[in-house]
Amino acid sequence: MSGAKAQVAAIEGWFRMDPDDPRLLGTQCQACHTYFFPKETLACRNPSCDGTELKEVPLSRRGRLWSFTNNCYPPPAPFVAADPFEPYAVAAVELEEEKMVVLGQVVAGVDVTELAAGIEMELVLDTLFEDDDNEFMIWKWRPVAA
Amino acid sequence: MANEVAVLGVGMHPWGKWGRNFVEYGVKAARDALRDAGLEWQDIPFIVGGQTIRNGYPGYVAGATFAQALGWSGAQVASTYGACASGTQAINTARAHILAGLCEVALVVGADAAPKGFFAPAGGARSDDPDWLRFRLLGATNPVYFGLYARRRMELYGATELDFAKVKVKNSMHGSANPNARYKKTYTVDDVLQSPMVSDPLRLLQICATSDGGAALVLSSLEFAKKHTSRPITIAAVSTVTPRYPNTVIEMPNFATDSAVGVGVPDTPFKDSIAKGAYEQAGLGPEDLDLAEVYDLSSALELDWYENIGLCKPGEAERLLNDGATTLGGRVPVNPSGGLGCFGEAVPAQAIAQVCELAWQLRGDASGRQVEGAKVGLTVNQGLFGHGSSVIVKR
Repeated sequence: MSGAKAQVAAIEGWFRMDPDDPRLLGTQCQACHTYFFPKETLACRNPSCDGTELKEVPLSRRGRLWSFTNNCYPPPAPFVAADPFEPYAVAAVELEEEKMVVLGQVVAGVDVTELAAGIEMELVLDTLFEDDDNEFMIWKWRPVAA
Repeated sequence: MANEVAVLGVGMHPWGKWGRNFVEYGVKAARDALRDAGLEWQDIPFIVGGQTIRNGYPGYVAGATFAQALGWSGAQVASTYGACASGTQAINTARAHILAGLCEVALVVGADAAPKGFFAPAGGARSDDPDWLRFRLLGATNPVYFGLYARRRMELYGATELDFAKVKVKNSMHGSANPNARYKKTYTVDDVLQSPMVSDPLRLLQICATSDGGAALVLSSLEFAKKHTSRPITIAAVSTVTPRYPNTVIEMPNFATDSAVGVGVPDTPFKDSIAKGAYEQAGLGPEDLDLAEVYDLSSALELDWYENIGLCKPGEAERLLNDGATTLGGRVPVNPSGGLGCFGEAVPAQAIAQVCELAWQLRGDASGRQVEGAKVGLTVNQGLFGHGSSVIVKR
């Protein structure tokens, strides 16, 4: 359908555009090792840490589902909703190593009835929206078992 | 006592979808509060407005906008913003001026005119604004976050859609007699569970609407109040705390929580710390409350607040609800006003409206929804980007 279009990141620098190993790109404080997503570059936000060296790191690709919901109605702009709109699920996924929860859309075709807290989820790249020339890509979560 | 101020007057413009300018709602509420206090506008040396981002420049300078509409009087002016907690920021600004001795009496006003449907970010493409980005990249509306919290309760504690529906039924009964509520219809569990799903597991009737409305307070020093009223109501605490790092619960408008790798999670999570800050200021605890007005952006969120303000332990909110403890006539009625379920949200007015309700309740003026003999009440709410908001009112 959209094979001729160029695939571009919907937002620059937030994730790795590698379909074989897509990763969210965060930063990590080199002093206290805390992680940030989206990237913090100014200084560590742990108030007990005076670290200022923040290094870009790929975050874990897999995590456990913390909670989930869906959008049964099209969200307002600046979201670009497909017409006709298809409801989609949204997942909050807990990354064990980073000890943080990250939101993402769930890939199309996965209904909330197929989700449960604790199941393993994996990051993939998918289309957020398209225009005449480009396919704008975003990270999404997909159940590992699916 | 040292840090108390008096609530001398309260006023509201009824909530609704009136389609008029927000200034009109604020001015009506202000005039009612002044009349309630027995004061003239020109007696007021300090006015604070809760800001709105949805009504152009006049909304950003709300304090001056209301002052101009009431008639320039040379009063000192301030405007405050803290998202849904803007009203509490305004109350606290007035309180601080009074306690510092900079003025004896102050007027606090918040009003909004809200568009229909989902709240959306302010206009213009802003790729460095998380509030713009969450809509752009995720379509993460406010109900998406409410849905995540509701599902988490179900997964953690076995809460059910029926429990959430019962909150709405209770609040609709409470608000049915409130002249300032927008929705006065009483709903049944079936009504709620048959309304359309918006963000699973939350249905239309479980998610608060966006409303027009206005609320105002006249606050004063205790000395000033003694000369003007024989039945003083006082504000014993105002908590406007931020989270402590790391905040490990996903919050609007964020994409991720803080990481707990560098430092352990705080003993008191953010939402628990909001009321705790107020209890500590007032020297009171949850056992002292006769009622509470909590921010039921969704019916499920009301249950979270029961636990966050200490009415019960985590996981016990459904039992508290089902035992009738939080219904009018119960041990500690929650949202006797009808809450956001009956009002919808008029952002900068809402936290002020919560305090208006407590004042009416404590004065015995809450006809049709009166919590008999109420002496101590607490409000709680939270504004996005890390604004805690809790006020304790007592007589």
